[in-house]
Amino acid sequence: MIKLTDINKTYFNGSPLHVLKGIDLHIKKGEMVSIMGASGSGKSTLLNILGVLDTYDTGSYYLDNLLIKNLSETKAAELRNQKIGFIFQSFNLINFKNALENVALPLYYQGIKRKKRNEIALEYLDQMGLKDWAHHMPNELSGGQKQRIAIARALIAKPQVILADEPTGALDSKTSLEVIQILRDVNMTGMTMIIVTHEQGVADATDKIIRLRDGIIESIKEKKQEFQNHI
Amino acid sequence: MFDLDRFEEIWITISRNKVRSFLTGFGVFWGIFMLVIMLGAGSGLERGMMKNIDGFATNSCFFYSSTTSEAYKGFKKGRSWNLKNRDVEAIKNSVKELDCLSPMLWGVRSNNNVAYNNKASSFSVRGLYPDYTKIEQQRMRFGRFINDVDILYKRKVCVIGTKVHEDLFVNKENPLGFYIRVNGIYYMVVGVASSFSEISIGGRAEESVIIPFSTMQQINNQGDRVHFLGATAKPGVDAQVLEDKIKQVIMAQNNIAPTDKQAVGSFNIEKQFKIFDNLFLGISLLVWIVGMGTLFAGVIGVSNIMLVTVKERTREIGVRRALGAKPATIMAQIMSEGLLLTSISGVSGLCFGVAVLSLVGMVMEQAADGSSFLGSPIVPFNAAVQSMVVLLVSGLISGAIPAWRALKIKAIDAIREE
Repeated sequence: MIKLTDINKTYFNGSPLHVLKGIDLHIKKGEMVSIMGASGSGKSTLLNILGVLDTYDTGSYYLDNLLIKNLSETKAAELRNQKIGFIFQSFNLINFKNALENVALPLYYQGIKRKKRNEIALEYLDQMGLKDWAHHMPNELSGGQKQRIAIARALIAKPQVILADEPTGALDSKTSLEVIQILRDVNMTGMTMIIVTHEQGVADATDKIIRLRDGIIESIKEKKQEFQNHI
Repeated sequence: MFDLDRFEEIWITISRNKVRSFLTGFGVFWGIFMLVIMLGAGSGLERGMMKNIDGFATNSCFFYSSTTSEAYKGFKKGRSWNLKNRDVEAIKNSVKELDCLSPMLWGVRSNNNVAYNNKASSFSVRGLYPDYTKIEQQRMRFGRFINDVDILYKRKVCVIGTKVHEDLFVNKENPLGFYIRVNGIYYMVVGVASSFSEISIGGRAEESVIIPFSTMQQINNQGDRVHFLGATAKPGVDAQVLEDKIKQVIMAQNNIAPTDKQAVGSFNIEKQFKIFDNLFLGISLLVWIVGMGTLFAGVIGVSNIMLVTVKERTREIGVRRALGAKPATIMAQIMSEGLLLTSISGVSGLCFGVAVLSLVGMVMEQAADGSSFLGSPIVPFNAAVQSMVVLLVSGLISGAIPAWRALKIKAIDAIREE
């Protein structure tokens, strides 16, 4: 599903900063993976590259057997729209649009008509148990509700992979658990999911934990294997 | 091109941020409003002025005799001379730029010189040709103007002004066929006239008695003298050219030195009109400059606020980018927002301006005593269209810079936590 080979990325702000130093990573379809690491370890940069939000210098990145390299902004936008769903720490809902419109937004950029996309959006809100909140504005909703709307928005375009950047970072522990459960449920439907987090609890809920340190992969821990080893 | 879905997306952005949209649009609203008000005032002034000269031939010139200032062909300088009937014939025969020529005679105006029944009053008296109506258009209240047969038979008929009619015929009855006494001689009234324009030669038509030129020449014992000569040029001919040519003919006819600057007095109305024209050109130029300046300030305001807005909306735009908005889509959205905002505020400015103008027009019409130098302030249709075009262009311009700025926002900017 996702295949990274020897990815290097250097930022040139003042003094050159070599952020990613040869990342090799393979994520299979339907896997739920977490990326952990201290700040400055390069995990955000890696997520940006995975999300086609940023470019890399050398190496290769295949998403769904498609080489992602030197894309125009227009092509990248199209790709993000169709193949990738984003979940952010601070939800990033558009505050002057109600829940339904926020969820439907990716479909707007696919050129789907308003009536049709609102129907679909309502289905997804229903799945998240927020049907009754469809016409509320983001500022009338709790953090957990907002994040569930954001998850619905990430899912609506039926992407290949969900990228979540600290999805529980702005939530209390109880709501965090709920959100993790939802993400887990989504993963059960066969959705590939990559979560960047620094919370061990969140990471423990995933199949595979990738630890980054100073731009290289320090360790990859697969829970299932661990489990098998114990037997 | 027009996409309802896209329009809704833009409309939501504008309508759900009411205060921001209102403040943004107000500059343009005010700019267009001021432009419309000034255009209306300018055109009102122009119409008012033009109403005064409406009906008076703008390509006319006039001649009269004066004493010579140069000795010529044995005549000493300082000689008095007169325009004669034969000068009129000579001009008609030799000046092909001439359209119509109207010789005039001044009559005597004395105390109670015009009388009917037991009423008498003072009015100016003139001897005119029928062609005079081509110089100063007459509005006939009753009857007709002097005609060729009157001239031919030297009939004792007269055309009186509306004021004369009111003063002499107390009940304002039809005066045609009645005789009035003018300077001791009775003339039959054949018409009642008033003029369109506020300009007149030798007294206002309303307060004048007009009698046939030939009749007056004989009755006043003027021989073949002509006091005054009015002429109009053929269409497309400059009145100045006509003035010069006629002057040459008159000088040749009367043994006046061609270099004599004083002997033949003349003036042409076209020059005065040109001054008026230039004045109004200047006014409308000023209106446009000031109006466009105000509008431009409004556009800068819109652009400025939208620039700040784009900065403020970095996160929103970044999220849109992450969700798959193409750069062109973002650009189109910001520019459309600018365009829609300026259009709405501009059109409401236009409507409000026109409403205010028509209100002023109504008030002025009620208060008008007919001699107002201001006409109703109305925005000419083409000016409204022009300002709409300016509006749309400025809308695009005001959206362009913010849109360009918005393009530079990357999706990462939205995701990056501060």
